[in-house]
Amino acid sequence: MKMNTELKQRVAVVGAGLTLFRRRMLDTPKELAWIAAKQALDDAGLTLKDVDAVVIGSAPDAFDGVHLKGEYLSVVAEEKMSSAAKPHPQYVFRYIWDPIVEKPLDPNLIWIFAMEMHRYMNKYNIKKEDIALVSVKNKRNAVDHPSAQLPDPNITVEKVLNSETLVWPVQQLDISPVSDGAAALVLTSEKVARRVTDNPVWIDGVGFTLDTTHWTNRELAFPAYVRRAGEMAYKMAGINNPRREIDVAEVYDPFDYKELHHMEGLGLAGRGEAPRLTKEGVTQRDGDLPINPSGGLLGVGNPIAAAGLMKVAEIYYQLSGKAGKRQVKKPVYTGLAQAWGDLMQAGTVIVMRST
Amino acid sequence: MSKYLGTPLSEKDFETVAKEAAKPSAKYRYTTGIALGRFLDELRRGRIIGTVCSHCRRVYVPPRIYCSHCFRELSEWIYVRDEGTIQTAVLTYISTTRERMEKPLVVGVIKLDLPEGYGDYAVDETFYPGVMHYICGATEEDVKSRRIFGKRVKAKWRSEKTGSIRDIECFEVIP
Repeated sequence: MKMNTELKQRVAVVGAGLTLFRRRMLDTPKELAWIAAKQALDDAGLTLKDVDAVVIGSAPDAFDGVHLKGEYLSVVAEEKMSSAAKPHPQYVFRYIWDPIVEKPLDPNLIWIFAMEMHRYMNKYNIKKEDIALVSVKNKRNAVDHPSAQLPDPNITVEKVLNSETLVWPVQQLDISPVSDGAAALVLTSEKVARRVTDNPVWIDGVGFTLDTTHWTNRELAFPAYVRRAGEMAYKMAGINNPRREIDVAEVYDPFDYKELHHMEGLGLAGRGEAPRLTKEGVTQRDGDLPINPSGGLLGVGNPIAAAGLMKVAEIYYQLSGKAGKRQVKKPVYTGLAQAWGDLMQAGTVIVMRST
Repeated sequence: MSKYLGTPLSEKDFETVAKEAAKPSAKYRYTTGIALGRFLDELRRGRIIGTVCSHCRRVYVPPRIYCSHCFRELSEWIYVRDEGTIQTAVLTYISTTRERMEKPLVVGVIKLDLPEGYGDYAVDETFYPGVMHYICGATEEDVKSRRIFGKRVKAKWRSEKTGSIRDIECFEVIP
């Protein structure tokens, strides 16, 4: 194991929690956050009194229509998208477009993904059926996840290709759902971690980047923002060859092609090669490089602000041997979780180790 | 994980517990800023304008008053041509509010041509003057087969211009 060279003290994940991810939940954002946080503390064997600081994340306030946030603990992220009632939660995304040169064209959110997906397909001559394999894998993986919103043990490539076309090449089953849900983690210092658990999972590398919002001027086939965030996290964690050194990864998959796109950005596959790895089964739970063993956002659900933390929680479950039926076949020591956001611009990467 | 994971609702159950409805009456009015103000003004005259970085020679369309790469102020303006190449294109079957449309629309990103005789600009596939817009004169099959990639297009201007991105009706495929 290579020691983290830039931090004086290692940070461990000692507990994680997740609510159900569903289209509609009765529970309020505060209640969802509480359920996830309580679970994370119980998992860690700690109580609120042990927690010194709290970090909370949620996506646009316009989703849940509540602007008063607070009284949460540890690292908590929640999202209640379903409160954005009419015409559809995706309408809230209208406000991510440039108000002067883009919004007058009446865009919907899926346009930008469709344009990126099609550019990626065209650049590397990728077929839609090869991309659909990601959706199939993730929705099947989700069958074993107790929080999952869209598990489907019988999903096939044909079913994805026959789902409603929204913005070609994007079809309904290429996309993650609208979700309510929350996730939480308990983080401690090395000293505390050694005391409270036999299986701490260390956060050894963190990277984050923000590219410009001007997205119509650049090559969309490769996510440079993810590459840079990855390089930052790899440097901190002392990773030189991510394809060989990362044992399991949760990469951001709000759309199926995004998993492939992000694998390439992270250096887990060469440019244009991720579809081949997927086709060969390399990214399955029993493959050489399992990707999204949780079921990802396509299978577990996508409560936007909680989605990235769900992925960190999954890597924690995998590396601490707590993933149950979802546990990947090969022994895993080093894992990666990645999140993405905004107008093809924001990348966040976390490298974790069990040793 | 512990047992209580929250309470999912069916759409029917949701109706019985949804107690409050809110419709914010907030209205937004956006200013153009410096660069896009000039951009819209030029559109009204039937021209597309951008800015150039004197240091790295990148051409910005839509224009910015700063170079995102060199972090310098930009003061050099350039008219680009109203013709270009399709970088990516898609078919939208749903409206902005997610209703099914009668006929799909083609939208895409167009890389705009520089005027002739300006060879020293830093323009390539990784950075170029480009806009998102409607594309007309293409069939569904042109998009689905990806024949449309790399096709040449020209702006179809409206006769009545108001200083808006929609002063261009669409970018029309040049046969």
